[in-house]
Amino acid sequence: HLATSLPLPSERHHLRPRINLIVFMIDIKSKYSLKNVEASLAHVDASFFLGKVCFLVTGVGRVNACSIETNAVCKLGEAYCSPVLFCELELEGIRVATAQRLVRMLQICTGHIPGVSALSFVSLMRNSDDD
Amino acid sequence: DNVDPQETAFLLHKAWTLYSVTPLYRFHRARLRDYARLLSAFIAAEKQKGLAVEVGVELGIKVAVSSLADLRGSEQDQAAVLVQLSLRSQASSRNSEDKLVWSGWFCSMYGDDLSENVPEDFTCLPLFLTHGAESYTSMVGSWFQKTFDCCFRRLAISPLNLSWMVAMWAGCKLDRADSAVELVFSVPHLSQPLDISYAVHPEDAKALWDTVQKTPGEITQEEVDVFMDCLYAHFHRHFKIHLSAAKLVKVSTAVASAHCDGIVKILHSQYLPEVLMLLTELAISQIQ
Repeated sequence: HLATSLPLPSERHHLRPRINLIVFMIDIKSKYSLKNVEASLAHVDASFFLGKVCFLVTGVGRVNACSIETNAVCKLGEAYCSPVLFCELELEGIRVATAQRLVRMLQICTGHIPGVSALSFVSLMRNSDDD
Repeated sequence: DNVDPQETAFLLHKAWTLYSVTPLYRFHRARLRDYARLLSAFIAAEKQKGLAVEVGVELGIKVAVSSLADLRGSEQDQAAVLVQLSLRSQASSRNSEDKLVWSGWFCSMYGDDLSENVPEDFTCLPLFLTHGAESYTSMVGSWFQKTFDCCFRRLAISPLNLSWMVAMWAGCKLDRADSAVELVFSVPHLSQPLDISYAVHPEDAKALWDTVQKTPGEITQEEVDVFMDCLYAHFHRHFKIHLSAAKLVKVSTAVASAHCDGIVKILHSQYLPEVLMLLTELAISQIQ
């Protein structure tokens, strides 16, 4: 399901299947996309931030076109206890690898991988902070 | 640091193309005249190979390499080095002067981050600015690369860095700010390219910056963000367009202007060290 911002329209609420993972996409070339994501985060229920949210930063291949400081995005990830993935959609290899990572995360979030739950993402992040 | 206005008059009001340069190996300031001679011979040889730029009578290029003692920031900075290419004058009459066709200068303004970590035998002048035909830039660059084992790269300026520049420069105190603060945006994803030019009265821009900046002399990313957000919000209120979704490609103030392709024009000698310091920092981060 794709949306340009949150909250999702309430009309379709009863038809919508359960949401297991929210990927917020931030285009490094667009300050507006960061602002949009920040505004949308306010509409997400707190329970999602236990491993069911991740930030995907696109366009990182073009360093000279960046309008957003990567530090700001990393801080956002820390504030919301959610992983930040960086990718370049224009390169097929990276696009495919990123898609595979997201599918893997989704499998974990829907409970299809025995022994691993979405909460693992949160504890993984905390461990790397302690390092 | 008082920079001699006469020495630096040549660099105002010209569009300079920016490059980053890695440290020069075994560059000796005492040998500037030798270098001029060698570079001149190199250019003559290149022209013989058929890479001539001028059509018609080839009069030969005269090369001058000089040191600009005052053009530096800290004690560790090397003084700037200026290279000038002139076409030899035709007649031997007293009134005919050589015509300056190309200038390029190496500079380091508070480039201590780089010069501190570099072994002896290396001279750090990370910023290179050129004005004139690209073919001459290419020849001069090739000679320096061969002679001092250094590497030149075009210095592009990201929208993030351009917004730093416009915030800093719009906030500069000037006796007379006679030109508007202008931001030019390029709108992506359209079939026909569209540029949006947003001009703000310089006093309004300075007043805005003054309300944002907390500590004089210090600028933070947050302050730059607030300044830009105010400009974006104002524009959106009037035109319902989110400039933050477009690409900032050029900024222009009474102090200086900068384009994302790495082209700057310095308009005011008073803030020359500040402008050069920012550009030196950009050049160093491209090298490292």
